[in-house]
Amino acid sequence: MLTCRELFEFLADYADGELEPAERERFEEHMAVCPHCVEYLDTYRKTIELAAASRQPQDSIPDDVPEDLIRAILASRGPKAGPD
Amino acid sequence: MQPIDEVVLIERLRAGDDAAYEAVVRQHVGAMLAVARRILGQDADAEDAVQEAFVQSFRKIDSFRGQSRLKTWLHRITVNVALMMLRSNRACPAVSIEEYLPQWLDDGHRASANLGWCDPGLVSVEKEETRAIVREMIDSLPDDYREVVVLRDVQQLDTKETAIVLGVGVAVVKTRLHRARAALRGLISTRFGGFAGC
Repeated sequence: MLTCRELFEFLADYADGELEPAERERFEEHMAVCPHCVEYLDTYRKTIELAAASRQPQDSIPDDVPEDLIRAILASRGPKAGPD
Repeated sequence: MQPIDEVVLIERLRAGDDAAYEAVVRQHVGAMLAVARRILGQDADAEDAVQEAFVQSFRKIDSFRGQSRLKTWLHRITVNVALMMLRSNRACPAVSIEEYLPQWLDDGHRASANLGWCDPGLVSVEKEETRAIVREMIDSLPDDYREVVVLRDVQQLDTKETAIVLGVGVAVVKTRLHRARAALRGLISTRFGGFAGC
């Protein structure tokens, strides 16, 4: 059976649903008997959720882009570089 | 393959057509601003990043090969500009992530019990205060780790796209991401967690 340390190395792939079936089986075999790893996985997943939420509510495309910004962009257009 | 209209638009851009440039800016500025805000957070920095991304895009328009959509190309330039600004704008010294990773005994068991998150309500994603604290924690990670969390978990690029943006291999992205998440989890536990086993 995997040790807690070995299981730790599989956590990201497990949380992202990227473990191969055989590895997933070994992972879940350990989780069935280790409350510490169950608790760690729960809080690891919660961490991913918190990271994803950390930049909200700025995630959607703004429909009120400042006109000043657009003017500044149009004014700051520099010369084109030549082709590579 | 690009739609015909986009091909024409790009040809006009290459010819220095002001109206075409304005059309591209107005069409894409909102999406680019959203991307920059996700990476940089602050409005002023995000706006600077978008402005610089447009300047770079126009300067390099002759090197745009049309293998991707214009939107994808602009997105990638915006991400790169925002990441460069993120590196140069660090507000506080980076934490040492080793301190926040689990420690192990020789037999592979934990050296100490996890710091539990006693009250999950304290770390609710619904709370703006929590989100602000997590933003600060992400910003306190060393650059290599902060970037991978921002691209994968905040920006929600997939592993391969993240590897392309950062110019590293997929395996490196996976390793950094895992360590960054574990360190972030440790930082959150230190702030919000209780005693071991709660």
